[in-house]
Amino acid sequence: MSIYHTLTPEQFDAIGQELDAIRNREIADLGEKDEKYIRTLIKRQRQLEVAGRGLLMAGFLPPAWLAGVACLSASKILDNMEIGHNVMHGQYDWMGDKNINSRNFDWDNTCTNTAWKHTHNFEHHTFTNVLDKDHDIGYGILRMSDDQEWEPRFVLNPILAVILSTFFQHFVAVQSLKLEDYLIYKTKTKEELKAEFKPTWKKMRKQLFKDYLLFPALAGPFFPFVFAGNVTANLARNLWSSQVIFNGHFPEEVEQFPESVLEDESRGHWYVRQMLGSANFEGGRLMHIMSGNLSFQIEHHLFPDIPAHRYARISPEVKAICEKYGLPYNTGSFMKQSVSVWKRIFKMSLPGKRGGKGKGLMAKVIPLKSESGSTSRQAA
Amino acid sequence: MNATTQTPRRFQQGLQRLLQSRVAGVLSYPHGVDRYLEVLNPLWSTTEVRARVEKIEHLTADSVTVTLQPNTNWQGFIPGQFVQLTVSIDGKRHTRCYSPANSLHRTDGRIELTAKAHANGFVSRYLREQLQEGEVVTLSPAGGEFALPEQRPERVLLISGGSGITPVMSMLRTLCDEGYDGEITFLHYANRAEDMIYADELADIATRHNNVTLLRAFGEGESGGELSGLFCSEHLCSSVPDFAQATTFLCGPPPMMAAVEKVWEEEGLSDRLHKEQFTLATPQLDTSDEAGGEVRFARSETLVANNGSNLLEQAEAAGLTPESGCRMGICYSCTCKKTAGKVRDLRTGEISSGDEEDIQLCVSVPVGTVTLDI
Repeated sequence: MSIYHTLTPEQFDAIGQELDAIRNREIADLGEKDEKYIRTLIKRQRQLEVAGRGLLMAGFLPPAWLAGVACLSASKILDNMEIGHNVMHGQYDWMGDKNINSRNFDWDNTCTNTAWKHTHNFEHHTFTNVLDKDHDIGYGILRMSDDQEWEPRFVLNPILAVILSTFFQHFVAVQSLKLEDYLIYKTKTKEELKAEFKPTWKKMRKQLFKDYLLFPALAGPFFPFVFAGNVTANLARNLWSSQVIFNGHFPEEVEQFPESVLEDESRGHWYVRQMLGSANFEGGRLMHIMSGNLSFQIEHHLFPDIPAHRYARISPEVKAICEKYGLPYNTGSFMKQSVSVWKRIFKMSLPGKRGGKGKGLMAKVIPLKSESGSTSRQAA
Repeated sequence: MNATTQTPRRFQQGLQRLLQSRVAGVLSYPHGVDRYLEVLNPLWSTTEVRARVEKIEHLTADSVTVTLQPNTNWQGFIPGQFVQLTVSIDGKRHTRCYSPANSLHRTDGRIELTAKAHANGFVSRYLREQLQEGEVVTLSPAGGEFALPEQRPERVLLISGGSGITPVMSMLRTLCDEGYDGEITFLHYANRAEDMIYADELADIATRHNNVTLLRAFGEGESGGELSGLFCSEHLCSSVPDFAQATTFLCGPPPMMAAVEKVWEEEGLSDRLHKEQFTLATPQLDTSDEAGGEVRFARSETLVANNGSNLLEQAEAAGLTPESGCRMGICYSCTCKKTAGKVRDLRTGEISSGDEEDIQLCVSVPVGTVTLDI
């Protein structure tokens, strides 16, 4: 049985209070150092972007092309992860700067601020790992839980996952459209889809025009070099960010929940669900920054609106709380978590349903490991 | 203007046009050109007025006078008008209104702001104690109806109290620089002689300009002033007998403003009195029936019991971070949609309708239950 069922209501309350205390302390401590951190990071990102785009103009020289791609990739990753993702979570709204604010910030990505805040901040962070509520479980493309009904298309799970990662920014941009509702389940009409796609297309168009036409055209005869450089930088960002995000919620031991947990869910229950539904990975300071501190996915899900550079400092306390209440604190190397994610992607491509329906998903989570053995046998 | 100043100017205008062009916008999408310019130099912007702190002086024990060098986006001001100054204090931006005190004809293009650091004046205390020369601050364009008319009046009476001296100081300095030859009376109220900002300069102006009469009124028992005590009609009758003929500009603390306004009203001269309130009259905390009900922040799904203070403070106390600025109903940063309920305007006492409408949070107190779209 999952720990979720063995904790007493008093323990849930106590966990809630302990985590609230950390939250309140961090919020009271917000100040100049947070401002300095985010401004410095933004400055570095802008410098990397200008350097990258500049170097690519001389992209006919291989070293310049490589350096340009490296700078632009780093710029896009910083812009999306440690800056955009965190700013749009409202982590810096308290600063009162209209340019570093969840309402106004826009990122170097085809997804709009509004769509992102809906699917990510609202759906994913509120209903984390709740099946049918958290669209991030598979993005409507993949099968990531054995309680997700198997469909023939999921045979292609691994291939679909590669496609999802390769074009990650575009899939994220259209995530709010719930394309599967139109293409597969036929619950959405073409007209509805068209209307919803309009603001997204406006942003996509501008991003595509900038990266694949305007900047290459500025290089004149060297158009192909800039074009290829921009494609590569976008690809690098897509592959990296999708893997970081997969590692946060798809390693095998991470739990998923049925919709019933949401009924009268207390603050303590919500916190525990966030901890059971997320996984960290380890690394140095640079790894943490480049992953937008989503290497501290557990801390991020507990405190999504606290500046992410604080997670590293909070994490020992969160870990101690987990130990105290017998909760798992899922972490490991980037490689270990990635392998675990891809194992799940492969396993879920095959039909296989374990446990009776209606018992709730968590009941099966702990045995998942031993059951996974049978799945792989089946696969073999 | 000669050729040497023309060329950089034309270059600058060309550069500005280029940076504001559509191509520049697309290339810098989605962040915008300014976000890249400010990385190179915090003063650079295609739209925002930013200014470097050039000099910090303390003319009196509790005041600070800041000289600012604005960037080229600064469009100037009319003496009497105010600007909104935004500074970052411990990571958080704060905006307050200040009236430039300098002459319109100052040749170096700099702006002079003077603030008095009150015990609970968060920003003024920061300006006095922590602001450093070389820092960059943000300014709004100048605004406000309180302004010296382009057609200079024939007779001018300037009345100020405390740090309300700044807009009328700008008027006086401007008129003197222009060689204005009408009569000017400068009537200023301060608690003590040593608290009077610009005391030396005013004395100097009065001796150099025959048309300027300086009247200083300090608190009871204080020496050094031509008058003493708070404003009263006797001060006017004895020292400015022709006040009815003057165009009067008034800026000071609310009780003093009220006393002056009353005299002008009684004389039927209200249209000759121009006034600027530099602090919001302290709102009475509402303890009557009005303070009942609750404040519902619909979008944040937050609900608090109405405690009678203004909606901005109530929102912040509830943990929300609505945009805000001057906190006195001037800058409209905190404007938001009220979807239901009535509010009272702190400045006028007027109670709104219960309809959906835009309100300024900082000057609105709820009358019963109010629902806001934040």
